[in-house]
Amino acid sequence: MTTQAVPPDMASDQPALAHHFDDLAQQRAAASFGMWLFLASEIMFFGGLFTIYAVYRNLNPEVFGHESRHLDIVLGTVNTAVLLTSSLSVAMAVHAAHHNRRKALLLLLGATVALGSAFLVIKGIEYSHKLDDGLFPPTAATHPAEPVVQGSKLFYGLYFAMTGVHALHMAIGIGVMLWLMLLAARAPHVRARATPIENAGLYWHLVDVIWIFLFPLLYLIDRNG
Amino acid sequence: MDEAGPSPSVYYRVFAALAVLLALTVGLAFVDLGRFNTAAALSVAWLKAVLVVLYFMHVRYGKRLIALTAAAGLVWLAIMLGLTLCDYMTRDWLGPR
Repeated sequence: MTTQAVPPDMASDQPALAHHFDDLAQQRAAASFGMWLFLASEIMFFGGLFTIYAVYRNLNPEVFGHESRHLDIVLGTVNTAVLLTSSLSVAMAVHAAHHNRRKALLLLLGATVALGSAFLVIKGIEYSHKLDDGLFPPTAATHPAEPVVQGSKLFYGLYFAMTGVHALHMAIGIGVMLWLMLLAARAPHVRARATPIENAGLYWHLVDVIWIFLFPLLYLIDRNG
Repeated sequence: MDEAGPSPSVYYRVFAALAVLLALTVGLAFVDLGRFNTAAALSVAWLKAVLVVLYFMHVRYGKRLIALTAAAGLVWLAIMLGLTLCDYMTRDWLGPR
């Protein structure tokens, strides 16, 4: 008895049905469920970092607020806008895949890759400024003109850890999107590949949601007064 | 097709809402709300996240199992954050010992 999937019919615009599923609807549901379980684990992964942040910010509220002002709010806002736009392009790409529109799919996936890359470039610019200020590695972690105080190392350590891990997830996401573009270019019918495209899209949206929380928590702690 | 999600017009409208909320996030940061600045920023962030999850991630259009799984992830996160903060935020309640 073979454990391989039934080979796909090249004329079909549906994916192959794996033998352990009753029908394609169940196969799709299982794929989606599995992806969401992974996303839940990612929420816990980043959640650990957010928990550390919550504790140390609670213990050092003024210092966190003060150091937060040294982050570039313009670049941070631009990056947030870039990611939100990339989520739009991913959602539209999934839509194109379901409607079997190869060219639109490739364009939208390409736009997503471009936007994600722009995010990383802007992040890199921000990091280079921090390096110039002597803030990385966060050993003498405050600006040279200011004395090191309790909590400033914590803030910058958290800043680099949280945005760094997030940037790593972005890079992986960009790699996945590039792989999807290859898939989209080669598949006889892109509709048959809608499931992996949709699930990769879910990953991308989650990375966007994480940034939606990172941005105010790191950049906007105390910008008034 | 239900699985294909909503029409593009829904995506555009959600995106417009997200852009407005982003402007709100940044704008509110410069207004002195005292202790409520953080709560306001997080509330707006939650609203954005809910929009992305419901519409971009199709939770609104999909099976209940998916909504349950997403909610479960949030419940576990709430347990971790909640219990940890319960510990740290009450450390000085017992007074000097």
